[in-house]
Amino acid sequence: MATFKYHLLICGGTGCKASDSDGIITSLNKEIKEKGLENDVKVVTTGCFGFCEKGPIVKVLPDNTFYTQVTPGDAAEIIQEHIIKGRKVERLLYTDPETENHIADSKHMGFYQKQIRIALRNCGFIDPENLDEAISRDAYMALGKALTEMTPQEVIDEIKKSGLRGRGGGGFPTGLKWEFASKNEADQKYVVCNADEGDPGAFMDRSILEGDPHTVLEAMAICGYTMGADKGLIYIRAEYPLAIKRLKIAIDQAREYGLLGKNILGTDFNFDIELRYGAGAFVCGEETALIHSMEGERGEPTFKPPFPAESGYNGKPTNVNNVETFASVPVILLKGADWFSSIGTEKSKGTKVFALAGKINNVGLIEVPMGTTLREVIFEIGGGIKDGKKFKAVQTGGPSGGCLTEKHLDTPIDFDNLIAEGSMMGSGGMIVMDEDDCMVSVAKFYLDFTVEESCGKCTPCRIGNKRLYEILDKITKGEGTMEDLDNLKNLSNVIKDTALCGLGQTSPNPVLSTLDNFWDEYVAHVTDKKCPAGACTDLMNYNIIEENCVGCTACARACPVNCITGERKMPHHIDQAACIKCGTCMEKCKFNAIELI
Amino acid sequence: MAKITSLNDLRKIKDDLQEKIRLRENAESPESMAQIKVGMATSGIASGAKEIFNFLVEELDKRNVSAVVTQTGDMGYSYAEPTIEVTLPGQDPVVFGYVTVDKADEIIEKYIRNGELIEGIIPANYKTIDD
Repeated sequence: MATFKYHLLICGGTGCKASDSDGIITSLNKEIKEKGLENDVKVVTTGCFGFCEKGPIVKVLPDNTFYTQVTPGDAAEIIQEHIIKGRKVERLLYTDPETENHIADSKHMGFYQKQIRIALRNCGFIDPENLDEAISRDAYMALGKALTEMTPQEVIDEIKKSGLRGRGGGGFPTGLKWEFASKNEADQKYVVCNADEGDPGAFMDRSILEGDPHTVLEAMAICGYTMGADKGLIYIRAEYPLAIKRLKIAIDQAREYGLLGKNILGTDFNFDIELRYGAGAFVCGEETALIHSMEGERGEPTFKPPFPAESGYNGKPTNVNNVETFASVPVILLKGADWFSSIGTEKSKGTKVFALAGKINNVGLIEVPMGTTLREVIFEIGGGIKDGKKFKAVQTGGPSGGCLTEKHLDTPIDFDNLIAEGSMMGSGGMIVMDEDDCMVSVAKFYLDFTVEESCGKCTPCRIGNKRLYEILDKITKGEGTMEDLDNLKNLSNVIKDTALCGLGQTSPNPVLSTLDNFWDEYVAHVTDKKCPAGACTDLMNYNIIEENCVGCTACARACPVNCITGERKMPHHIDQAACIKCGTCMEKCKFNAIELI
Repeated sequence: MAKITSLNDLRKIKDDLQEKIRLRENAESPESMAQIKVGMATSGIASGAKEIFNFLVEELDKRNVSAVVTQTGDMGYSYAEPTIEVTLPGQDPVVFGYVTVDKADEIIEKYIRNGELIEGIIPANYKTIDD
């Protein structure tokens, strides 16, 4: 075996693949071959590095150089300069936005400094399609330890002691869930992995499955051992083709090595895993709906109890956990519950992965200890708001969560604090909004999503959410009344109290939290018929300031609906009734004579 | 690949495989192990630095010594090429000149393993901008 002197790690996550990381790999390999360096340099495709904003990423080891926004055309220079001559390619290094210095080493980038990577420990480090690399990073070691050195109850106790809580949204203690499932006797039990990540803007689970699939398979087997199940099912949405491909490869490899199948590691424990595909319905992330969907029924939730731990898939005891929850399990067994519980806050232990999206500089995937503040996440790791605009709110918890504002920035993030502030952890999507975002429109966006995704089984969710949406729509059109605002609040509370499942019970959250935090903005829409953020087109008027207008006719010629009239060299006029508010006139005007009011 | 039939098998395979990604593991925590920089500008390469670089990478691996070997540019000691700079954890860097394969062997065995100073050290005679 050749001893490679350099490893080039290239992100093969969906985001970087979309920016042609495959092309980079091809040209790197070509260059390496041309220069005769096949025995010196190894090119490795890995999972997501998390720094998607600056992708595709190429990391050169051992000197830990972090190249950003690489194109296939840069391959020759990286090989020629860095590998052969030992000089870093300055122009591809990350530039610190504050000091404008180039930073070569990822360890010194603000983006990585506050992070602790537990669930993402192998993402961006190993080749996810290579079981050998996973094994060299302790894959299946925790399963081995559990099977040979621990009883099922000891494993459950360890997980309970670690304080691990479900990362999918609910935050239910994982060890307790496993214990319930283990206590129910049956001839067949199931372990289910919920990979139906549905929040808009969330991609944590996808990245884990794409970057380190074996950790999820291993944890499912460990869970199977604790509850006496020999069958695992991964419910994954069909929109995740790359994650599906890598899971299939991982399952085949694990079977080949005997790490899945009969008599695992010479014990009498059997466990195998199959995939089940979802069609991408949001409600199927709810565990009872997920189970029905797997059974071939409609993806509709049913009332709990009975809980899946008692009667789940095919009426048998079933334990459902989220991808990220599973990904934390092997590390807990290897490093111990005490180590895990030393990280985080009193009631929320360990770390949480967040997908940063929206008006933030460093869009990407991060993993921070519980208790990190929103300010640290948004301004230190996330690099602040795009284009120097003002921070307005951050939406956590997806359509089930709420908006947090300036005054919440120093709140340590954990399950309980977020609920206390009227939002929730959810699966970990964080959408950052700036001064140009209208909060009424944001609430309307989420309601639009919920209305679309409601399964229609219960009345509060099916009809109630539709009515909420209609009221919001009315307000954004400037037709709302103060009575509508009262109705919004009352209806929201009724839906919360009466809906059948988690989807309906949480769907009014975006409305309630924006009403709480941005009451003035709602009032402005209703009484002044104005949108302070300038986002609701129905409430805006383009107006020509007569003093500034020189009558150049540029706007009139550009107007697509010919609603601007006026003599040459005389102030022009916009016919408000005909205006479609496209903003073209404002773009064309060179004299700042058009204002938005 | 044969099936893995016991935890011990798995551990053994892991130890074998770990070699393959040692380079990456080491890069994660460079401050905890010896870092060796080989001066590989034109003059260094002409005097045989490439050979020393290869020797170090391969031998450290074979002898199970944890170290990060990287190449760097001209260190300025053109009269004493090939030169290498070794930084042991928590210590100041030490530069060795006129490094041959034999000398490199001695550096690994005596200095890196035992911290024993050996002949051939070039005294540092400059300050960096961080000093």
